[in-house]
Amino acid sequence: MTLPASETGAAGLWEKLAARIAAGDRFAGLFAALRSPHSGDAAAGAALVLSAHVAAGAGIDTMQVALPPGAAGYPALTPLVGAAFWYERVIHDQFGVVPRGHPRLAPLVLHGSAEDHALPRHVAGYGMFTIPHGPVRSGVMESIEYLVETPGEAIPHLNMRVFYKHRGIEKRFGGMSAADGVLLAERAEGIASVAHALAYCHAIERIAGCSPPEPAGLVRVLHAELERVANHVDVAAKLADAAGLAVAAARFAVHKERVLRLVSGLCGSRFGRGVVVPGGVSARPRMSPGALLTELGRLEKAVMADADSLMATSSFLDRLRTTGPLTPARARAHGALGPIGKASGFSADARTERPYDAYPSLGLLPVRAHETGDALARLAVRWDEVVQSFDLLRRVARELAGTDAGELSGTDGGGATAAACEPAAGRAAGWAEAPQGEVLYDVTLEDGRISRCHPRSASFHNLVLMHDVFAGDILTDFPFIEASFGLSVAGVAL
Amino acid sequence: MSLWALRGLRNGVVTTKWPRRPDGYADGWRGPAVVQNQDVAEPDGLSDLCPTGAISAGAGASTRAVRLDQGRCILCGRCAEARPDVFAWSAGATGSDAAALTREGLVLPHLPEDDEAIGAARARLRERTAALRRSVHVRHVDGGSDGSEEWEVQALLGPVYDIHRLGVFFTASPRHADVLLVTGAGSAGMAGPLRATYEAMPDPRVVIAAGADAVSGGLLSAGLNSAGPNGAGPNGAGPDGGSATVMGGVSGIVPVDVWVPGSPPSPFGLLNALLIAVGRLADDRKGAR
Repeated sequence: MTLPASETGAAGLWEKLAARIAAGDRFAGLFAALRSPHSGDAAAGAALVLSAHVAAGAGIDTMQVALPPGAAGYPALTPLVGAAFWYERVIHDQFGVVPRGHPRLAPLVLHGSAEDHALPRHVAGYGMFTIPHGPVRSGVMESIEYLVETPGEAIPHLNMRVFYKHRGIEKRFGGMSAADGVLLAERAEGIASVAHALAYCHAIERIAGCSPPEPAGLVRVLHAELERVANHVDVAAKLADAAGLAVAAARFAVHKERVLRLVSGLCGSRFGRGVVVPGGVSARPRMSPGALLTELGRLEKAVMADADSLMATSSFLDRLRTTGPLTPARARAHGALGPIGKASGFSADARTERPYDAYPSLGLLPVRAHETGDALARLAVRWDEVVQSFDLLRRVARELAGTDAGELSGTDGGGATAAACEPAAGRAAGWAEAPQGEVLYDVTLEDGRISRCHPRSASFHNLVLMHDVFAGDILTDFPFIEASFGLSVAGVAL
Repeated sequence: MSLWALRGLRNGVVTTKWPRRPDGYADGWRGPAVVQNQDVAEPDGLSDLCPTGAISAGAGASTRAVRLDQGRCILCGRCAEARPDVFAWSAGATGSDAAALTREGLVLPHLPEDDEAIGAARARLRERTAALRRSVHVRHVDGGSDGSEEWEVQALLGPVYDIHRLGVFFTASPRHADVLLVTGAGSAGMAGPLRATYEAMPDPRVVIAAGADAVSGGLLSAGLNSAGPNGAGPNGAGPDGGSATVMGGVSGIVPVDVWVPGSPPSPFGLLNALLIAVGRLADDRKGAR
C-alpha cells in the first residue's frame, strides 16, 4: 500500500486498476476519507485518501492514493472503470472534490440545491415528456424518485434520485465502539440485517485476528440463509403481485411470514437482529435442532411447490421473459453482484469465492448457468439459491444437533458462543453474501473506536444498472424490472 | 396451467383473529425493554448500558429513580442482559399493545401527569376521529427507514394480518387518506415530501410514527458520544454525536398523534396503533408496569 501524494498518483493508480479489471478482477468499491490529523502530519493539513477495492480470487485488495492537501479535484476513475460512476458522485457529495472528466456529477446521496431538482432532460424529440415517480409512491414502498423519460410507452431514459432517504450511516459509525457498530450495521439495510452484521463483524474479527467458534459459525449461516429465503420469497410475491396473480402473491406472503416467524422463534427478532456479534453470536438458537429440521422441511415443501406452480404459469412467465435484460457484457464490466449478475452469466458469490464462517466446510450445491439476464432469469436464479439455502439450512440443523449443547450455552458470558474480540486499532475489509449480493465493509479502528467505516451494500452497486435494462421495455414492465432487482433503497442511500 | 384458486384453498384460513381473539404470536414476541424494579441500590452506570440513551437513572427528585424511554429502545437487549434485576424484555400483551398517544407515554414508568396527558390526548383524538370509525384509509410514507419497517407494513396487507377485514385500506392518494403512517428517522431529504403529503390530506387526519426511528431517531440520532477521531465531511456530526442528516424522529416534520416503539415495530404493534388511532381500540397501557 503506497500513498503517492500527487494527482498523477491517482491517474497512475487508476491505470493499474483498469488493467487489473480488464484482466478479470472485479471492481468492488471506491471510498474516500480524510486522513486523521494525528496519524499524518497535522501541519500539512488533512489529505483526502481514496481507497479502491478490488476483488481478486480469495481476497479483497485495497489500493490507495492520497490527494495533495487542499486538492480541489483529481482525474476521474469513471472514464476508465464505468462501475465507479456512483462511487465518485458520493465522494463529490461528501467532500466536494471534483473527479475531473466524470460524465455526470449531480448530487447522489446528498440533497442538492433547488436547481438540481429541475426535471432533467436527456432525450429530445416530439412528444417526449418526463414522469416523476416518487419519492412518495403508490403502495408501501421505500422512498426513491424515478424520472422516466418517455414518448408514451417506451422508456428511452431513466434517471434515479436516491438522496431522499440518505441517513448519514457512514458518518454515524464514527466514534462508535466496535461492539456498538454492529447495531448500526444491522440497520444500514434492514432487510439484509444479518449480512451487514456479518460483513461488519468479519472486518472487526480480521483486525483482531480472532475467529468465531465453530458452532457460532453454524448459527451465523443459519440466520444468513433464512434471510436469503425471506428476501427471495418476497421478490416472488412482488413479481406475482405485479402480474396480478393475487393468490400467488398472497401465498408467497404467507410463506415469507412463516420464515420471519421461524427467525423470531430462533432469536427473538424477526430480522435476526442481535444474533451476530464481533467474535461469534450472542446466543444459541432457542429452538431444538429437531424442531428446526421439521419446520424447515415443511417450509421448503410449501415454498417449492408454489415456486414450481409459479414457474409453470404461462401468463406470468410471458411478462418476465425478455423483460429488463442485462447483457452479460454489461454485467461483467460492472461486476454485477448477487442474483442480478448470476442471471447474466457473471457469478460473484462471496460464499464460494471467499468463504467465511461455516461455508468452507458446508459448501454449496452447484447451480445452473444463466445467460439471458432478463427478469425471468433473475427469478430462476433466486429459486436456485432458495434450493441451495434449504440444503445448507438442513445441514446446519444436523450439525447443530451434533455439537455439544454445552459449547453454545447461554448468554451469560460463560459459554463459548463468541471468541474474545476487542481490537484496538487497525483497518480491514469484511464481506458477506446478502440476498442482494456481496456486502462490503471497510472498517478502520483507532483506540478501540471506529474512526471510519464504509459500508457498501449490493443494492448500491447494482441499482445503477437499472439505467441499462430498459431495452424496448415499456411503462407496464417497470414494476417487474424493479421487483426482479430485489434491492433496498435504504442500502443505496445509506 | 396451474390452478391458483385451488392452491389458495390448500391451507384454509391463516388470518389472525386478533383483536377479537388473542393471538399466540402477538404475545410470544419480544418487545421493547421494561423497568421491572424501581428500587435500585446503585443506579450508577445503568444509563451507560443503553446504546441509544433510553435509560435515565436518578435524574431528579420529581422523577423516580430509573426510567426507560421505549421510544428510543432498539431492542438490543443489553440492559436486560447486564442487569436482569432491573430490566426485562416486555412480553405478553406489550408486543401488540405498546403504542402510546403521547411521547411521554412511552417513557416508563409513567408519572401521574403523563397519565393525565394521555387521557386528554385520547379524548381529543376520539373527538377528531369519530367520523372515521368503520372505514379508514392509510397513506404510508417512508421518511428515511432502514427498509425493514416497510416489510412489516406490507405484512399487514398479506393474508396473515389482513387489515382489510377491519375496514382499513391503504391508498395511493393523500387526498383520500385519513391516517398518515410514517416510518423512518426523518431524513432531511424526505422532510419536504412528507410535509407535502401531510398538507394534502383532508381533516381529520391522524399521524402515526411507526418505530423507534420515527419516534426518536433511534440509533441514528442519539446516544453514544462521538469523541473518537472522525473524518469530517460537509455533513458534520449532530449536537449529541448523532447523524446530522436525520432529524431525530418525524415529529419535527409532522404533528404525531400515535407513537409506536420497536425496531422495527411488529405487525401486531402496527395493527394495534392503527386501531388506536381511529378509536377502534382503547389504548389500555397501564400506568406503571
